[in-house]
Amino acid sequence: MPEAPLLQVRDLTVSFATRQGALRAVDGLSFDVGQKEIVGIVGESGSGKSVAIYSMLGLVREKNATITGSVLFEGREILGLSDKELQPIRGGSIGMIFQDPMTALTPVYTVGWQLVEQIRQHLHLPKAAARQRAIELLGQVGIPDPKSRVDRYPHEFSGGMRQRVVIAMALSCNPRLLIADEPTTALDVTTQAQILDLMLKLQDTYDSSIVIITHDMGVIAEMAHRVVVMYAGRPVEIARELDLVRHPRHPYTWGLLDAVPRLDAKHDRLRTIRGNAVSPLNLPPGCAFAPRCDYVMDQCAQRPPLQGDADHVDACWLSDAQRVTIRQRVEQPS
Amino acid sequence: MIYFIVRRFASAVLVLFAISVSVFLIFFATPGVDPAARIAGRSASAQVLAHVAREFGLNRPLPIRYWLMMEHLFIKQDLTSYVNIGVRVVPQITQAAPITLSLVIGAAVIWMIVGVLGGVVAAANQGKFIDPFIMFIGIAAVSVPAYWLGEVMNLLTQSKFHSSIFAWVPPPGYVSFTTSPSEWFLHLLFPWLTLAALYAGIYARVLRAELVNALNEDYVRTARAKGLSERRILFRHALRCSLISIVSLFGLDFGALIGGAALLTEVVFGLPGVGMLTYTSLQNLDLPVIMGCVMYGAFFVVLANAVVDVLYAYLDPRVRLA
Ligand SMILES: Nc1ncnc2c1ncn2[C@@H]1O[C@H](COP(=O)(O)OP(=O)(O)OP(=O)(O)O)[C@@H](O)[C@H]1O
Ligand SMILES: [Mg+2]
Repeated sequence: MPEAPLLQVRDLTVSFATRQGALRAVDGLSFDVGQKEIVGIVGESGSGKSVAIYSMLGLVREKNATITGSVLFEGREILGLSDKELQPIRGGSIGMIFQDPMTALTPVYTVGWQLVEQIRQHLHLPKAAARQRAIELLGQVGIPDPKSRVDRYPHEFSGGMRQRVVIAMALSCNPRLLIADEPTTALDVTTQAQILDLMLKLQDTYDSSIVIITHDMGVIAEMAHRVVVMYAGRPVEIARELDLVRHPRHPYTWGLLDAVPRLDAKHDRLRTIRGNAVSPLNLPPGCAFAPRCDYVMDQCAQRPPLQGDADHVDACWLSDAQRVTIRQRVEQPS
Repeated sequence: MIYFIVRRFASAVLVLFAISVSVFLIFFATPGVDPAARIAGRSASAQVLAHVAREFGLNRPLPIRYWLMMEHLFIKQDLTSYVNIGVRVVPQITQAAPITLSLVIGAAVIWMIVGVLGGVVAAANQGKFIDPFIMFIGIAAVSVPAYWLGEVMNLLTQSKFHSSIFAWVPPPGYVSFTTSPSEWFLHLLFPWLTLAALYAGIYARVLRAELVNALNEDYVRTARAKGLSERRILFRHALRCSLISIVSLFGLDFGALIGGAALLTEVVFGLPGVGMLTYTSLQNLDLPVIMGCVMYGAFFVVLANAVVDVLYAYLDPRVRLA
């Protein structure tokens, strides 16, 4: 019998009441994260990736937000828990890395102070031991000279170094699950690679699971075991990483993959997905991707369900035969 | 940090020097105005004018005139008024200063406590009844003119209810702390409340706005994701960062009030402080006193600003390096 998944998200929906009407930032998101598994979430800017993960830990604080669905962590429902009940989970069993390292740290305290604050919140160590652990962690995430850096303020660190501090913080209490929201988007390519390596190494050491959000298919290829592709707040395809890259099924995923530069590419220009990301405010009633899809059909006026076999599902009305012919046409351009 | 403090106070001294020079130039070197006539006051005799000209070296070069002026003001401290003949300026100021200091410091303590408390409670209870309620009281306190509030206080404590609940309120005026601490306190209580009301209102509103902003910052989300309690997030993270702007506001207000801006409150409650002194000297065109008061005011504004900058650097590590 397979182990129960560490995190089970079911039909997660987050909508904001706005003056122009209800904005569904996340719409029926479901996925599992197994033990020691790395799940990637990809999607364009504005597809609701951040909102989805923030809502799981009660970090969407807006008064106009409505969150429904279910999030089971270690078998326990955590959606709708009070701040007090969430406290041991936040930063304790689930660590979080944020999108923008420049603003993620409180500017008036040293990074050591902020690390110690979290360590003492969850591990109840004495001050000196917590400080020792903070220094260790900073060293582990590759900050040179951690003994003296521990007493520096965030503004004395570069963006990449700050992101390392945030990662150290997220890992400080050996979380079962690490959620990383575009941990490398704000960084240059070399630093990016180092940070990803670091996360892999730490995941291996601590046996934790990771949810990594990105819009970089390269990051997905390097890290993820399984991938959730989101479009306009909805999951459109969920598959194992290799399956997704080799046999993508959804037209939006095709677009995403074709927008990745490849060394063996014959065309000099990148293909992009035409049109702009739709606003979650006025989604079409059917498939959200229909207005930008090259293969739209009458059926697309209805919302396609996520379907397929257990390991590879997608939300599209195209038949298997249609997909095969389309992909052949694309891969051997005349 | 030490280096920062030293540098900051060195620059304060420089600023004070610059201010003294410009005050001097305004009073003594405004083209087309005879400074002797100005100092000597209205309808001064030729004899007095000649005396003034000699005393201040009015026919000598500017730098020497500046030096003589500063000597009279700070070193010999023998600058005298020609309106109230023979009354020295410096003792007048040193007599008035403790009164203003007592008034402003006491009021500042009250308004900081009330303002910070009000701002924090309002921000922590956004969307509940208490938040707009506090903000309404705040705006009401801001809109009421200090002299009107003072007069109302006087009316209530000195006549209307003086024979009943406010029998313990002493008549307007000032009793020094060294004479009787309790009398000092009682005499200043209502002036404090009056002066503090306006600022408490402003500070509560400003702090609430700052806190609401801070609570939406990314670092607060990080703090929450670390598993900290809401109380700790509010006080140790959001409030701590919001205090930075409150402190700089405080420096400006405090300096200005010490420098004489508490005039209305002083007048209403019969407190012979620096504001009152400036006011009467302006009415009498008593130039030496006016100049003394301006220099005194500038001194405190600059000093308060320097202290605030140091405090600011203490609160905000980003400032220290700059
Ligand atoms: N408080 C809010 N009120 C209204 N709409 C919101 C609010 N917060 C987020 N949204 C909307 O939700 C949608 C999803 O935003 P989200 O930040 O999750 O996107 P994202 O996928 O993380 O994008 P990016 O890759 O740029 O980080 C956006 O359209 C955004 O405008
Ligand atoms: Mg995001």
